[in-house]
Amino acid sequence: MSRVDGPGARIGLTHGAGGRAMRALIEQVCLAGLGAGALDDGIGLQALDDGAAVRAGSGWMVLTTDSHVVKPIFFPGGDIGRLAVCGTVNDLAVMGATERPILTCALIVEEGFPRDDLERVYLSIRTACEEAGAAVAAGDTKVMGRGELDGLVLNTAGVAFCERPVPDAGLSPGDRVLVTGPIGDHGMAVVVARHALALEGDLRSDVAPVNGLVRAALAAGRTSITAMKDPTRSGTSGALHEMARKSRVGIVIDERSVPVRPSVRSAAGLLGLDPLVMACEGRAVIGVSADRADAVLDALRAHPLGRGAACIGRCIGAHAGAVILDTGVGRRLLAEPEGEPLPRIC
Amino acid sequence: MATPDREGPFREAAFRDPARASAMSGAIAKAVSALGRSPVTVMHVCGSHEQAIAKYGLRAVLPRELHVIMGPGCPVCVTDAPEVDEGVALALQGAHVATYGDMLRVPGSSLSLADAQAEGARVHLVYSVDQAVGLARRIRGEVVFFATGFETTAVATAAAVSRGVPSNFSILCAHKYIPPAMDVVAGIPGSKVEGFLAAGHAATITGWSVFEPFVARHRLPVVVAGFEPLDILAALLRAVERIRAGSPRVDNVYPRCVTKDGNRRAQEAMWRVFERADGRWRGIGEVPGGSLRLREAFGGLDARRRFAIDATGLPARTPRPDAAQCLCGAIMSGIASPGDCPLYADACTPEHPVGACMVSSEGTCRIWHEYGGHPDLGDIT
Repeated sequence: MSRVDGPGARIGLTHGAGGRAMRALIEQVCLAGLGAGALDDGIGLQALDDGAAVRAGSGWMVLTTDSHVVKPIFFPGGDIGRLAVCGTVNDLAVMGATERPILTCALIVEEGFPRDDLERVYLSIRTACEEAGAAVAAGDTKVMGRGELDGLVLNTAGVAFCERPVPDAGLSPGDRVLVTGPIGDHGMAVVVARHALALEGDLRSDVAPVNGLVRAALAAGRTSITAMKDPTRSGTSGALHEMARKSRVGIVIDERSVPVRPSVRSAAGLLGLDPLVMACEGRAVIGVSADRADAVLDALRAHPLGRGAACIGRCIGAHAGAVILDTGVGRRLLAEPEGEPLPRIC
Repeated sequence: MATPDREGPFREAAFRDPARASAMSGAIAKAVSALGRSPVTVMHVCGSHEQAIAKYGLRAVLPRELHVIMGPGCPVCVTDAPEVDEGVALALQGAHVATYGDMLRVPGSSLSLADAQAEGARVHLVYSVDQAVGLARRIRGEVVFFATGFETTAVATAAAVSRGVPSNFSILCAHKYIPPAMDVVAGIPGSKVEGFLAAGHAATITGWSVFEPFVARHRLPVVVAGFEPLDILAALLRAVERIRAGSPRVDNVYPRCVTKDGNRRAQEAMWRVFERADGRWRGIGEVPGGSLRLREAFGGLDARRRFAIDATGLPARTPRPDAAQCLCGAIMSGIASPGDCPLYADACTPEHPVGACMVSSEGTCRIWHEYGGHPDLGDIT
């Protein structure tokens, strides 16, 4: 892999977009800088999973942290506060820790930010916590000078406990791959809002806490659930690539089974974007052994947030690390997303 | 473009039907194996065909013996460096230069238009010639439309000229005409190309009969093809059948859009404004009759006449040290594929392109990069 962008390198926006460039940055700067730091037991930073898992008594403590910046701060279907809570709760959930997440919430706000908006954001945080059964237990507040920050940044950390952490690296050949609902809703809603594109159709973010939904899946699948991932930045495609690479399997996706809302599909077609690389904020990608796939799918569909769940693919031993898209009329590799998806406009 | 046929409106799903596609690829495999040799090479000359082939993963369901390669089908890619230099020079001389988005980052022998823009030149991104004309109506300065593309966009340029343009509007014409380039590629010594697919949208304008002289000259079949998966598979099947029968001719498997004589009005508009001229295509070289230039009657709109374009003063570009390894020329001639290039997807990516084929969304390298390259996926069932 090439170094982070050649001589005299500066950090670019691609380095935060969740694709190859970001992985290179993390490996070459963050991991290299921090040194080994591996946990003796459990899932540590090196795993680059959705969160870490550390032994705690007879069970496991799962922890994660996330910083949130989103433009615009309020978007159809949610806002930065809801996003912060859901992002953290969902990272914990896809590690297998779905019960009573405890969060911290640090606020960095720009001088001049409207107080009303801040109150709205905190109300959203509260609502999302209630939906997730989560609590904010610690916080921090900083104000920065005008222009030193674009509006508002939230940082959240979360911790929750479970009996068995689920990594994103546990797929085996034969496993089925499920998504818990239509993909790309959040990414498409935000792109359209950010670029003020006047598109018809109801484009709303799917931002929601999925810990209850994942709990239902785990209850139905138990140890048959082999891997889970939160398909946020770089979307479902990014999540699938990470799972395939870390699990050393090939994943074959049946394109026609991938649930995409008609409004998202048509906006994507118009803007030259692929729903597979658009972020989700209320979905999970779940790997499950073939014999329990139907049971898990039924459990997901019985949950209000999982009605649109679908089995979208299967794992194979060949082509390890690759994600293959079966288009119905042919097959190709799904390229790994490389940067922030930009609409074919501007 | 979705013209209604007798069976009702165009239904795209019907042209993406998996069962029919599978039957068709089975038929192609049979036809190729009946030929009993490898490789059998069919060239298409259109970025949209490559897009569809890559996006739908059609190569994975074709027999390994059948090589489907892309020739000089990317209008942005074949725009020659000196043409880009002219656009850059005009922009740096103070003209407003309007062009299609893909052209922005195409390297000239000096700067790209994007480089010129970064240096303060006024470069405008447009989606159609009409937007450029609209710009000229709104502002006082000179607007130069850097006109690139094949017959499809040339007709649009001609139509705008015919409707009338403001006096501050002129054209830097880099339009290209595909049929002569097919002659050049077919005539490359040692060419393995045994048949061609022709682009359905261009043929909608020219009509399929435009390829008859080519077939007579080269004794190679030409199949006019649409852009849905089944259109392309049907065209490949027909091409292989023609190769096998040794009876080359022009076949039209896109009859829902293309007729023998094409769109006469569009042709009249195009040939009223443009005439064919010899010119250079990037990566291909001199193509006799392969460029379009404004006819004498429209000489007043020709930016090359209106302005003294001086590209000699442009700062010399220091090429990237690895630029010499770029295989764009060979790729556009169908001699090499992106996978043969040492730079492809490694040193050369859409964010840091070396050659034009990685810049344009119609370029072979860019398309391969976007759709996962060309791995052998024939083993997955």
